[in-house]
Amino acid sequence: MVVGSVAAIGAGLAAIGAGIGIGQIGKGAVEGIARQPEAANEIRTNMIVAAALVEAVSLFAVVVALLGNG
Amino acid sequence: MSSNCLKSLLVAAFSVYMLFYCNASFSQSATNNGLTEQHHNTEQKEQGDFDVAATILDHIRDHHSWHLWGHTAIHLPVILKTDKGFEAFSSSKLSDEHHQPVVYNGNYPYKLIEGKIKIMNADGSVNAEASKKVFDISITKNVVSMFITVFLLIIVFLGVARAYAKTGVTSAPKGFQSFIEPVIIFIRDEVGKPYLGHHAPRFMPFLLTIFFFIWINNLLGLVPFFPGGANLSGNIAFTFTLALFTFVIVNINGKKDYWKHIFWMPGLPTPMKIFLMPIELLGVFIKPISLTIRLFANITAGHILVLSLVSLIFIFKAVAASAMAVPFTVFISVIELLVGFIQAFIFAMLSALYIGMAIEEHHEQDLVL
Repeated sequence: MVVGSVAAIGAGLAAIGAGIGIGQIGKGAVEGIARQPEAANEIRTNMIVAAALVEAVSLFAVVVALLGNG
Repeated sequence: MSSNCLKSLLVAAFSVYMLFYCNASFSQSATNNGLTEQHHNTEQKEQGDFDVAATILDHIRDHHSWHLWGHTAIHLPVILKTDKGFEAFSSSKLSDEHHQPVVYNGNYPYKLIEGKIKIMNADGSVNAEASKKVFDISITKNVVSMFITVFLLIIVFLGVARAYAKTGVTSAPKGFQSFIEPVIIFIRDEVGKPYLGHHAPRFMPFLLTIFFFIWINNLLGLVPFFPGGANLSGNIAFTFTLALFTFVIVNINGKKDYWKHIFWMPGLPTPMKIFLMPIELLGVFIKPISLTIRLFANITAGHILVLSLVSLIFIFKAVAASAMAVPFTVFISVIELLVGFIQAFIFAMLSALYIGMAIEEHHEQDLVL
């Protein structure tokens, strides 16, 4: 039997959003590094920062889902 | 040679780390079995009733006692302020030998209801009206964890600072200095200088303090046994306080241009200025709130993830599940090591960014189209 709640769907949607976002960041970073390997370090730092910012937004959604779940 | 050395060191560290999970899971299943045997004769309800969500939420919550192992726990003092004044007692008085909450008769009859201290009526129900007046300033698990952090930071940084005072900054770093110095320089070069420019030295003490404080708390939170294990940086009150520091520093140091760009931004038609003013004003408050929730959510999510993976063993009710659960737990824990650093870094970086935006000087230049 599958037991769940709307909160789980919300968390799943948040994961989709974050997945797309982090995927785009990774794509951009890899392309940037491929074009300019000498800037790899700088790009990597910015990539991690941007990924953390995107992740945070999805975690906001997870927190809301958790609170909504009671 | 050195890579081999590093590899074996890593393997050793991971083995020790995994060992603690094994121990924790064995001791938990042992107590579960004990409970099952106790209740076996009277009722079957304990059989297989492992409430994962409740266990996890209990683990990430603040507590009045610090559980060490098995039935051993440190009972921390409870300090309450009610309309009858202050009162302090040990939290061991709030639970009996079976860890069930009991009523303690202080100035009022107190009882722990879902981790909160409530005042009880004579008939055993919660007196909601009186409970609102209880002001709980206890030394809880999180507070003790914070004291430990502060203690660690003071030891480490006073030691390092003394070394600099003795040998100066010109000689090569020695001992713990060699570990701390690159991190401080990293924060200075990656956070301070890019966002604050020549103002950086003024704000470096704040940025370094906030960075190391959050980082060491994140790391202690990942340690699954005594000195760590409190979910301090996953506590929203804690992260809110840190964000409040940033908020105050940003707005106290805000230059004329900072306020001008909030209330009456130049170069826009007047209706647009009126429209944007409330949005910009909201932005002043949303910035610290996003800092608060980012750190809180990241660390709490990490703790929940680790605990969920450990719980897999109890969900499947098979030791074999640990073959999957333990490697995953180690994997996530290692990711959390990274996240702990990144979140501390991001907090310091965004603080620097906000401060930098506030203290930016106006550049006299005309808009060239």
